[in-house]
Amino acid sequence: MLEFFETITGIPAPLLFGQLLLGLINGAFYAMLSLGLAVIFGLLNIINFTHGSQFMMGAFVAWMLLAWAGIGYWGALVLAPLIVGATGVVIERLMISRLYKLDHLYGLLLTFGIGLMIEGYFRNEFGSSGLPYRIPAELSGAWDLGFMFMPVYRGWVVVFALATCLATWLVIEKTRLGAYLRAATENAPLVQAFGVNVPRMITLTYGAGVGLAALAGVLAAPIYSVNPQMGTNLIIVVFAVVVIGGMGSILGSVITGFSLGVIEGLTKVFWPEASAVVIFVIMAIVLLARPAGLFGRA
Amino acid sequence: MTNTTRRGVLAGAAATAAWGALPLSRARAQGANSVKIGVLNDQSGLYRDITGPGSTACVRQAIREMNALGFNVEVVEADHQNRPDVGANIVRQWIDRDGVDVIMDVPTSSIALAVNGIVREKNKVFLASGPATSDLTGAQCSPNMVHWTYDTWMLARGTGGAMVAAGGDTWFFITADYAFGHALERDTSNFVRQAGGRVLGTVRTPFPGTTDFSSFLLQAQASRAKVIGLANAGGDTINCIKQAAEFGITRRGTKLAGLLVFVNDIHALGLQTAQGLVLTETFYWDLNDRTRAFTARVLPNMPAQNRPSMIQAGCYSATLHYLKTVKEMGVAAAKADGAATVTRMKAMPAEDDAFGRSTIRPDGRNLHPAHLFEVKAPSESRGAWDYYKPLQTVPADQAFRPMADGGCSLVRS
Repeated sequence: MLEFFETITGIPAPLLFGQLLLGLINGAFYAMLSLGLAVIFGLLNIINFTHGSQFMMGAFVAWMLLAWAGIGYWGALVLAPLIVGATGVVIERLMISRLYKLDHLYGLLLTFGIGLMIEGYFRNEFGSSGLPYRIPAELSGAWDLGFMFMPVYRGWVVVFALATCLATWLVIEKTRLGAYLRAATENAPLVQAFGVNVPRMITLTYGAGVGLAALAGVLAAPIYSVNPQMGTNLIIVVFAVVVIGGMGSILGSVITGFSLGVIEGLTKVFWPEASAVVIFVIMAIVLLARPAGLFGRA
Repeated sequence: MTNTTRRGVLAGAAATAAWGALPLSRARAQGANSVKIGVLNDQSGLYRDITGPGSTACVRQAIREMNALGFNVEVVEADHQNRPDVGANIVRQWIDRDGVDVIMDVPTSSIALAVNGIVREKNKVFLASGPATSDLTGAQCSPNMVHWTYDTWMLARGTGGAMVAAGGDTWFFITADYAFGHALERDTSNFVRQAGGRVLGTVRTPFPGTTDFSSFLLQAQASRAKVIGLANAGGDTINCIKQAAEFGITRRGTKLAGLLVFVNDIHALGLQTAQGLVLTETFYWDLNDRTRAFTARVLPNMPAQNRPSMIQAGCYSATLHYLKTVKEMGVAAAKADGAATVTRMKAMPAEDDAFGRSTIRPDGRNLHPAHLFEVKAPSESRGAWDYYKPLQTVPADQAFRPMADGGCSLVRS
């Protein structure tokens, strides 16, 4: 089997398996970020371009908790999403809520502008080269899998991301709260007539979506450079993931997140120069063949 | 990609509007008895910490230290956003409309090459501390430019040469896929081969936009090279080093060679992750009594109390030498002819606390020693920003590419 792989690809099998695994890990980040975007778009119809900045804020809040309050990684995993989610609630109440009646484009421009402002503020306060954040002691070290050296932390990221995606999907598809949310998306006045506080529900949904971005930020802090532009680098790819998966489709964004991570990982072996483009090529093809995305409803 | 473009357009529009609004009178108000220095660098992107407002602070420090000049010095600064078109526009407006005499700093090689052409055409002075490309003193050399602090050839020789000498004779490159990365890879490969080493492979990573380098690092590891050469800079280098530590690459005996690493990058990584890294710089704040004295003077004005990078220290040194020259030749003569000013700068050695004594070659290369450092382990560090231990010093006459090899038209006989 291994020899077969080597013969047809010309790439040593250990390297290939290593790359598949790495693709899965990066896919976990794509999945978590696109999940938040899908939740927000699905229920609010807002294309949240602040998402990258909120991902970055998650990482920075984790750093602040450690440096200023002595709260480590595990505390940050709970607190950072809550704190960043709370800022999301404020933004939604003060600004985004005024745009629901207008075209998507206005929400996009507003959130894009807010994102730039947040990024600029962090750059001014913390500089551009970034801040150190270490892998927690419990998750440091690595497993030697034979074909590659697998850091424990990366394994944790995949497991945690999968669990989060599953939990989010369950909440929205299988609980009463999720049913209200889906109903409010279809017909808000009717749901409100039944005594459900729809505006508050929407605010909290936005907060939760932002919290998911921040959670991904905390997960990313120990492995990527914690700097103000870390979100900008990732968010463009994540938008492509959402478009491929189908805007607003939760299952779609999770599955495409992971599979595009793997495709990108393989491209890094066969044609490294193209690895930044491959996702956009796929996006273009999907848009031509299925404009609503692979899992979207037309 | 849409994001970047749109942001660029918005920012560009804002910048243009801001320039249009600047009062024209300001340029004329300050009369003939003054020189104007324009600090052009990255104030909002990934090179902000190693250049940015810190460079301006160092320029101002030099002005403060020049007593009894007999003329006024004005400083303006601008953000080129790492875009050659933006940078070139600002320089044209500075020179044509605002009466700027010296363009200072200019990191990002592509922008520096563009600025170099404009400054030559307008016969002003370009003191390049930020850019890396050795083409500035090679094919693109100019009588109006001094390349002050470092270049790709010197980095390749310093770090590359030392690693091969220490037994690292097989290399694999992780290269940022643009002009700067290619130049650094090319120059370093030459040194490795000359020293009897071999280059086993190279991988070109998309720039910008790559955040995960683990895949490339594993490819490098699979090649069984003894040294992984990082021909990239800033956030890319930081991510590479961080992820190499995570995947245990350095623990298995493979060495990382950071070909362009600044002290600020080490600060961002933390010693736990960066320890053992070998790198070359021409200035380190804790090198000797004079560098410490300079750092103590400028520190209160540095953003976030960052220790000056070699680029920022270069801005200090270049400003000091320029002002001494202007004082000697007179403001009117200096303003009238940039090339003549640079010729005068070449005629006398520069002397300051940051670089000691340095001399400028006819091709515009400023010569001073280069220092090879190893990053300390956390247990060896005695205090804030105590990051390097010196390994060796390359003397000024060997640190940079011999003039004859550069192909500069100014020195062709």
